[in-house]
Amino acid sequence: MSILLEKFRPLEEMRAKLVASSGEDPFHVVVERVLSATEAVVNGRKVIMAGTNNYLGLTFDPDCVAAACRAVREEGTGTTGSRMANGSYAAHVALENELAAFFNCPAAIVFSTGYIANLGVLSTLTGPEDVILMDTDCHASIYDATRLGAAQVIRFRHNNPADLEKRLQRLDERASRTLVVVEGIYSMLGDRAPLREIVDVKRRYGASLLVDEAHSLGVLGENGRGLAEEAAVEGDVDFITGTFSKSLGSIGGFCVSRWPELEHMRYAMRPYTFTASSSPSLIASTRQALQVLKRSAGLRTKLWDNAKRLYQGLLEMGFDLGPEISPVIAVKLPVSIEETPALWGELLSQGVYVNLVLPPATPGGSPLLRCSLSAAHSHEQIDVMLKAFATVSAKLQPEHQS
Amino acid sequence: MQSKEDILDQLFELIRPHSEQPIELSEQTRLIEDVGLNSMKVMELVMQIEDHFDVSIPLNILPDVDTIGEFAKHLETLLEAR
Repeated sequence: MSILLEKFRPLEEMRAKLVASSGEDPFHVVVERVLSATEAVVNGRKVIMAGTNNYLGLTFDPDCVAAACRAVREEGTGTTGSRMANGSYAAHVALENELAAFFNCPAAIVFSTGYIANLGVLSTLTGPEDVILMDTDCHASIYDATRLGAAQVIRFRHNNPADLEKRLQRLDERASRTLVVVEGIYSMLGDRAPLREIVDVKRRYGASLLVDEAHSLGVLGENGRGLAEEAAVEGDVDFITGTFSKSLGSIGGFCVSRWPELEHMRYAMRPYTFTASSSPSLIASTRQALQVLKRSAGLRTKLWDNAKRLYQGLLEMGFDLGPEISPVIAVKLPVSIEETPALWGELLSQGVYVNLVLPPATPGGSPLLRCSLSAAHSHEQIDVMLKAFATVSAKLQPEHQS
Repeated sequence: MQSKEDILDQLFELIRPHSEQPIELSEQTRLIEDVGLNSMKVMELVMQIEDHFDVSIPLNILPDVDTIGEFAKHLETLLEAR
């Protein structure tokens, strides 16, 4: 073995332990066949996919599929170039214009993934003289962006505007050169940022604000524009980033801004410049999905109805859940890391796939069974999920009593 | 202005509750290998230290910090610049 690979031995030992306790590797699930937006074959068994972030269920929307097929025939399988070279097709620019119009913003930039959008925007927007002040529960792409960039990085306590204010105050005159970073819906516990209060603080200190709407685009707001729309503070949000890989059902990322000068940043962003642009089929299905999303009030009602049904059901079983009803529902497990794969495997054996998330990737340090719901889930499927969780609950009972 | 010794003593008090094993803390104690912190816990500790000293501590210093003594050195500079 190469000596360079020796450092991964503890990881392999951990993995072996997890596999031994559940018979599966929770972090290397192979989806053998995709049946629909909500069902797939895993280990030869049909399962309900309840951890896919496919909020509006658009991955099999006939118009999106048709648009992708048409694009691949007409424009080929890939652009084989970056946005800066040969990879900006008319459709990439059209999507940027459509996103700008949707968000009522003068500028939009499309990236190859949501991760890359955060990497590009955050690392380039802020320089050595500037400060990034981020919520502790922000996504890994935001943490990684701070390592690529040169800004000074400070964190504030999760969803705590008073803590944010304390830290802005401490920064004194640097507060006006600070970019506050929060998320619309946090990906692990499904809670929203208290955006009105955060906007109030950032205004008073003259800071800028970036909201990552990855999990809230198409999910929150009357028109699906996310938390900024729901909280009626769109005019105070300076930058919005997001992804096409959740409610829009494809792959890609974007940034929109109320500042037209966002456009100047385009060629300064290494993660924009030095990677291939999204393939024509991805751009085509995303454009079509955005049209669907604009008319998706019915899908959103269905999604939230599903979220309530699962959240209430789990609450009645006595599970410790995230703080609010949301399409992301996290079940906190009161057990050690070693015991969690068996509980996750129990759900899979009952035909339900959810995400297993282990510390240190979880807020608060408890292992999570993380569900994400879709407008495409039926009530019957939610009831199957609840039945499967009932067996997990039963397995936890003796532990509670001991 | 606080002396280096004052700063170190306060850091020991703040770090001690995070230690998995009761160990003697010194300038040479390493935060990860000896105290047993992971990267998330180190960042949590930074917030506590910020609040205790009422100073902003950019996470950017962390790649240069291995021991409590090295942390104290950065902290001293930040407190002086305040």
